Amino acid sequence: MSADLNLTDEQIAIILSDLIEHYGYDFTNYSAASLKRRIQRLLTMDKVVSFAEFRHRIQRDADYFKRFVEQVTVNVTEMFRDAHFYRTLREQVIPELATRPLIRIWHAGCSTGEEVYSMAILLQEANLLHKSLLYATDINPAVLEKVRLGMFPMSQMKQYSENYIHSGGRNDFSKYYIAQYDTAKFDESFKSRIILATHNLVSDTSFNEFQLILCRNVMIYFDKELQDRALELFDNSLEKLGFLALGSKETLKFSSVMSRYKQLDNKEKIWRKVS
Amino acid sequence: MRPDFNIVVIGGSAGSLSRVLRLLPHLTKKLNISVILIFHRREDEDSVLHDVLAYKSEFIVKEVEDKDSIMRHHIYIAPADYHLLLEKNLTFSLDISEKVNFSRPSIDVTFESAADAFGESVTGLLLSGANADGVVGLEAIRKHGGKIAVQDPRSAEVSYMPQQAVDRLAIDLLLTEFNIEDFLNLVNRK
Repeated sequence: MSADLNLTDEQIAIILSDLIEHYGYDFTNYSAASLKRRIQRLLTMDKVVSFAEFRHRIQRDADYFKRFVEQVTVNVTEMFRDAHFYRTLREQVIPELATRPLIRIWHAGCSTGEEVYSMAILLQEANLLHKSLLYATDINPAVLEKVRLGMFPMSQMKQYSENYIHSGGRNDFSKYYIAQYDTAKFDESFKSRIILATHNLVSDTSFNEFQLILCRNVMIYFDKELQDRALELFDNSLEKLGFLALGSKETLKFSSVMSRYKQLDNKEKIWRKVS
Repeated sequence: MRPDFNIVVIGGSAGSLSRVLRLLPHLTKKLNISVILIFHRREDEDSVLHDVLAYKSEFIVKEVEDKDSIMRHHIYIAPADYHLLLEKNLTFSLDISEKVNFSRPSIDVTFESAADAFGESVTGLLLSGANADGVVGLEAIRKHGGKIAVQDPRSAEVSYMPQQAVDRLAIDLLLTEFNIEDFLNLVNRK
């Protein structure tokens, strides 16, 4: 990241307060170091030469603000990422959900949806998809459109297929999509069980009650205070005995909700709400 | 927040593990430092790496989890498949964004972040490796008032990475098998 223009912390603070004032988006409790890095990356990509130009553009140009949100939030994800995590979902979580008349799952910060479709495949294989609803939310409307399309690069399918097998999948992975040139289009039956909405973990509230909430590698971009806020929100949105799943290097330890949760015995990053 | 200890960030690829293992017995609690290791490697090597380092060191070895505190007399390992960033409030942040120099964790990312957060308190050491990851980051450490050291390319298993640094930057110390004391004095400077 050899941007000629390097913003100071004060300049970044000014941009962040502009975003609140003009668009109602509050990034002030994001992890400072990663946010700064993402903003610097945007400056380099867009060949921004001065702070004044950057500030003016964000203030005046709503399309550029959209670009800011798309580029500053991180949208790197894959299907069946951490295969052992999905194996635990298969073996320990989904059987617990099976008895419910309706299964509601929330993918908070779903990005382009690879995890949502992975979950739909697990539910299908457990013969539960017909009575499940997968709520997929993200701060960034552009990625939700990708979830809706259910199309992922064909070039990724070899990797995803390997992940799927390692997660305990027994089918030929290619039966779940149709290859169209360089895209893999996932089955329409998944789409009908997915509900999309923009949702900002900073400012929006609980909107339903779930048996399983997944928020993996999303809160790593938040500071401790905002992480606690998001965890309270999840806690308010989770049924008793429901499950909360985080990324492989995240923890509920030291959080304000920790006392009500118990981690699964295999130390996978899945917690059950016990009280 | 300026830490009351120095930050030593060491970057290398798989081949540099043996160099780190030879360095570890010299890292004693007489040194007022915290050490951060960025290795290019595969995810399934993680637990082995932790155990090997812990066996050789007086410091507490920990693979970083998100928002862990940065403390004196610890050796922190960047987890595979995440970038590792340092926050000014002496905590770590993890980041899964795009690979940098085909690497995640990227040495440049952590070097730059350490430089930005802790300036003069930082020493960067670049070891053996096969791509240019780390050189831009060393430059950032220098620019922010920190010190930079590079493994002598002649002693590196794979010399490309340290050679890039030597060719392009003014190095404070070229680390050989014979000047470890100089390196310890550098990282422990007031």
